[in-house]
Amino acid sequence: MAKQRTHIMVCGGTGCVSSQSLEMIETLKALIADRGYEDEVGIVKTGCFGFCGQGPIVKIHPDNVFYVQVKPENLAEIVDEHIVKGRIVNHLLYQEPTSLKHLKRHDDMHFYKKQYRIALRHCGLINPEDIFEYIAYGGYEALGTVLTDYTPEQVVANIKASGLRGRGGGGFSTGLKWELTAKSASDQKYVICNADEGDPGAFMDRSILEGDPHTIIEAMTIAGYAIGASTGIIYIRAEYPLAIHRLKVAIEQAEINGLLGDHIFGSNFSFELQIKYGAGAFVCGEETALIHSVEGSRGEPTKKPPYPAVEGYHGKPTCVNNVETFANIPPIVLKGADWFKRIGTPTSPGTKVFALAGKINNVGLVEVPMGTTLREIIYDIGGGIIGGKAFKAVQTGGPSGGVITKADLDTPIDYESLKAIGSMMGSGGMIVMDEDDCMVNIAKFYLEFTQDESCGKCTPCRIGTKRMYEILTKITEGEGTREDLRKLKTLGHMIKDSALCGLGQTAPNPVLSTLHYFADEYDAHIDAKHCPAGACKALAKYDIDPEKCIGCTACARVCPVQCITGQPKMRHTIDAAKCITCGACYTACKFDAVIRP
Amino acid sequence: MSDIFSHEKTQERLDTLNAFIDAQANKNDALIAVLHRAQEIFGYLPSELQLYIARKLDIPASKVYGVVSFYTFFTQKKRGLHTISVCMGTACFVKGSEKVFHAFTETLGIKNGETTADGKFTLRDVRCIGACGLAPVVMVDDKVFGHVKDADVEAIIAQYAEKGSE
Amino acid sequence: MPIKSLDELKAIRKSQMKKVKLRDHGESDDLQIEILIGMATCGIAAGSREVLNAFIDIIDSENLDHIKVVPVGCMGYCHSEPTVQVNIPGQEPILYGNIHPEDIANIIHKHIEKGELLDDHVLIQTFQTIR
Repeated sequence: MAKQRTHIMVCGGTGCVSSQSLEMIETLKALIADRGYEDEVGIVKTGCFGFCGQGPIVKIHPDNVFYVQVKPENLAEIVDEHIVKGRIVNHLLYQEPTSLKHLKRHDDMHFYKKQYRIALRHCGLINPEDIFEYIAYGGYEALGTVLTDYTPEQVVANIKASGLRGRGGGGFSTGLKWELTAKSASDQKYVICNADEGDPGAFMDRSILEGDPHTIIEAMTIAGYAIGASTGIIYIRAEYPLAIHRLKVAIEQAEINGLLGDHIFGSNFSFELQIKYGAGAFVCGEETALIHSVEGSRGEPTKKPPYPAVEGYHGKPTCVNNVETFANIPPIVLKGADWFKRIGTPTSPGTKVFALAGKINNVGLVEVPMGTTLREIIYDIGGGIIGGKAFKAVQTGGPSGGVITKADLDTPIDYESLKAIGSMMGSGGMIVMDEDDCMVNIAKFYLEFTQDESCGKCTPCRIGTKRMYEILTKITEGEGTREDLRKLKTLGHMIKDSALCGLGQTAPNPVLSTLHYFADEYDAHIDAKHCPAGACKALAKYDIDPEKCIGCTACARVCPVQCITGQPKMRHTIDAAKCITCGACYTACKFDAVIRP
Repeated sequence: MSDIFSHEKTQERLDTLNAFIDAQANKNDALIAVLHRAQEIFGYLPSELQLYIARKLDIPASKVYGVVSFYTFFTQKKRGLHTISVCMGTACFVKGSEKVFHAFTETLGIKNGETTADGKFTLRDVRCIGACGLAPVVMVDDKVFGHVKDADVEAIIAQYAEKGSE
Repeated sequence: MPIKSLDELKAIRKSQMKKVKLRDHGESDDLQIEILIGMATCGIAAGSREVLNAFIDIIDSENLDHIKVVPVGCMGYCHSEPTVQVNIPGQEPILYGNIHPEDIANIIHKHIEKGELLDDHVLIQTFQTIR
């Protein structure tokens, strides 16, 4: 049998399937068979291309030609022109909105540049346990260049000029942090990598450590040279066994090859790395708490100043950066601060990795230039909402952030703009919520998290978040009053103003932000004792629509407490007193007759 | 009182722990590392073991207890043969992990953090194991189950209920 | 051997380039075929270890020495784990998602031997990596 020379790839993602891409595959197969090419040309259904707005999408492989908004009547043309005669069908190519040019190769297209990988550049490309693959991709050249050609001051100046800001959430200038630590005179200084990724739903740091551990080693060594530290510590979650294993392998390989240890690259600079384990405490993401944990104590924060740059680990000047921040360092050194500043926005240069999760089709890690809008991330890269449901909100910044609604979907993302709409960048968790998610319940979920993770040192956070959580529980159970709403707001602002550390100061954000954007949902819970999303069990009451029910008995058969009665082919009813609101009848009904509360 | 020091391999276990403690270059910093190692060896950290470590490191037992109780990774109670961890990270939460957790409590008849009377299962919630693409996620010991629905819970338990003990 | 200077590092890089040339440019001096398997936590949780073993089993039992398996990190396509990328010299790399051990024979016998791509599994790489 002849080898297949060409493949016609048709997107089988949800968006394209809803615009008949499956029928188109059948038509294509018939056309190819009819023209006698079935041995040479394969038709393949693919996963989502992530450009659902232009679907259905057809790609010709290996020509790398990309047709958009293909309709069934265009298929014969594609087959006869492109496959048979080898001529590209111009009018089906994607038209760049700004230049009105037809673009042939998908690499040329603007939307494919939506994702631009700096921090994740090696993830999924190299074998993380083979230092030579890292070297083959230019690894350790930044370190070599720095130790051969730069003074520590030049390195600091370069990072400062790049405008890189901390990717762990705070957004503090990395170069400035290095400069402050470099200027603190001391016999011993430390570089610490914060790999205690605690935001539930964010896992980019783990992915970098698992996919490209040498980048962190190289960057920490550069930082050590820049600030004058000879010891680096990686503080990592004990829950990340694979990342720990790969780091250990990488450190050993770096030591064998003289890239860690004494006189690196024949210079006078020596650097060693240690790994310290966290033990599960969200607050340890805060620098001072992290340092106490590295010292073997309870991870409680202390007042700043003094900043770690002056007095950190064992009282010595310490520079703490997070994993994603470090992953940006080698490319900045190699390609220059100007290159980096050209990506992203003026106040927030570079890219940011987001962990896209929740009710979205393409759950995954994405890295986009700062300034990309949420709409592009959710619809063009994320493939839209699961099941075609309505988008309600996206939570960024995890338990410290807030919700962003439909109205702000076109906000270009950077540190400032997210703050302005009541959320924050955070570590990059992005949880997408649809019409079935109750915002009061989500706020309660986050408060449960923060009050659980509160270290207990300061009263506003220890007791304040507990009270807020109790009030939210009351509301979701239908016991809330208008007075409670007022209390939530007052308490929230009070905690923000008076808590000791970042965890406490940001803990009320999910509540304050949902109160602001979804006040109507709070009102419904309190005034009508009704949960509009149908998520709060205590408020839910199911009913059967007499018009739609055909008496198929499906609901009565699945009901675990037998609270649905009715003769076959007759209208069924639910005994609300017995109903445990499990929702099984709703799922079982094929006629949309069960009404959710 | 726990039976932590009445096990037949107690001496062997203590020797392993002692060797680890002695190898620590900087004893001031070592507490968390030592507790990690002790929990690996003994499975949990009851008060007798905490006291033993405090004396070994020459620090107050209150400091050891303070650290053990601060971090969720450390446990002072003996775990069951299998630990069922239901992910309650945000991604799993919005995909319905609450229902899955509820199904486990109902089926096993225990609450969060408890162990079944036969010592087979410990149930707990965890914060994000980072497999958000598979949400909602349940982990039994080291094995990950993805896209778990409340209806799958009984089958998951049944898989492990038959397996023998230590 | 410790690397003593930047020039030494660059020399090592040159000698190692061959190893990744296929991944980088789709070119190769020999006819080695490369299979990249996403082996981060999420991939392993979804079953990539079993996929890796299935590849090794077939490669061993059929003496397919020209096929090399490389474990790599996370590609970011969590929705379609486990992911597998097939790099054949002179061809554009093909990325597959939702691959399970039973698909491996098809990747080797259909894709690599006959050039037929697997239906329902192809993913399109939608990002640019810095160079």
